Amino acid sequence: MLYLLSFLVLVMLCVGIAIIFVKDILSAVILSTVVSLVVSIIFLFIAAPDVAITEAAIGAALTAVVFVIAIKRTEMKETADKE
Amino acid sequence: MNGIISISMVLNVASTGLVLIGLYIVFTQKNLIKMVIGLGLADTGVNVLLVSTGYINGNTAPVFSDTSLKVSQMVDPVPQALVLTSIVIGFGVSALALALIIRLFEKTGTLDTSKIRGLKW
Amino acid sequence: MRKLVSIVLLAGFIFYFATLTGGLMIPSASNERNSVGLDILSRSADETGSANAVTSVVVLYRGFDTLGEVTVLFLAALGISVFMKGTVGQRKKVLDQSFILKTGSRLLFPLMFLFGIYIIAHGHLTPGGGFPGGVIIATGFFVILLTSESVEFSKNLMSVLEGLAGLSFIVLGLVGLFGPDNSFLQNFLPLGDFNTVFSAGIIPIIYAVVGIKVAAELSSVVFAMKESK
Repeated sequence: MLYLLSFLVLVMLCVGIAIIFVKDILSAVILSTVVSLVVSIIFLFIAAPDVAITEAAIGAALTAVVFVIAIKRTEMKETADKE
Repeated sequence: MNGIISISMVLNVASTGLVLIGLYIVFTQKNLIKMVIGLGLADTGVNVLLVSTGYINGNTAPVFSDTSLKVSQMVDPVPQALVLTSIVIGFGVSALALALIIRLFEKTGTLDTSKIRGLKW
Repeated sequence: MRKLVSIVLLAGFIFYFATLTGGLMIPSASNERNSVGLDILSRSADETGSANAVTSVVVLYRGFDTLGEVTVLFLAALGISVFMKGTVGQRKKVLDQSFILKTGSRLLFPLMFLFGIYIIAHGHLTPGGGFPGGVIIATGFFVILLTSESVEFSKNLMSVLEGLAGLSFIVLGLVGLFGPDNSFLQNFLPLGDFNTVFSAGIIPIIYAVVGIKVAAELSSVVFAMKESK
């Protein structure tokens, strides 16, 4: 179980570092959703099921929706003027 | 290998790494939405650190569903209750920051911090 | 210049966290636990009647913190509504959603609603509770809101529900002042059988109220950010 946990932590840190280098914002939001999901699995290994359910529901579902709405409303105006 | 690395050490490394990555994103990125993502990452890292203080090796979740479970086989429930609150408040902070960013975009037309006059670093 | 300052600050943080991590080594096979946690665990099954110890800590032993959290969520939703009030939406063409998306979302919404109510109602028996249950119900609302256009979202109903739910949380706490213990948010209803749905006194009622409040609040927050004017 120790090796599985350290593998998950390694994956999570690599995805976190990838957020720094990605240029597209939508991809950064999806990568942060992946980090939230891996953190939720880590919470299951720590024997905290309440916290795991809450983190999965809020970090994965709600945060992604709010970020995508914000991205859509802050698109550059040139694409709208071309229509 | 098992004697040197323990689960609590792995968890401390994970939470410290998340906080540092989140802070680095806030310091160096120029896009405002990426700064909010970094803030959320740092928040998640602090929550992992809080839950990991209640962990005891080999014990199980603090739910009495099977009435033969003894109290000494369970994990500390108080940090989990406080982290429940913290996760919801972290989401509230992110949503409020994004609402501010939408308003800022409609006023200045750009999301780059080096172009907005008050936010230049 | 910015990168230099940030690397120096980061080195300072790494040094700080290294000393913190070095001092936080938790003993693995520990007999030295936090005495508060052990005390609460040994008492919570008899005093509160709920099988989930985390629920009894959130609602009864630390009920004030839950009240503070509900207040913070309310303030955040209020701030978002105020900020989104004067914005101008973009004029865009309304795209026609595909048939699979519309039908699939209408099939999915009752299932998510039911699942959210299940998690709220069994908060004192299994892991879960009011907060994730309210979030799941709000996610069910988004699925319908973001894909169908013919669904009307009544903002007045949501704000009335949210206000009533917040009010009943405080009223339930104040009623406890007249109970046998004379304290705010005390457990004045009978405890019932262990491990059944109608047990643990006031805990399922408070979690139901919190779940309704969270669901209504988050739906109106996302709706306010999506639409404008």
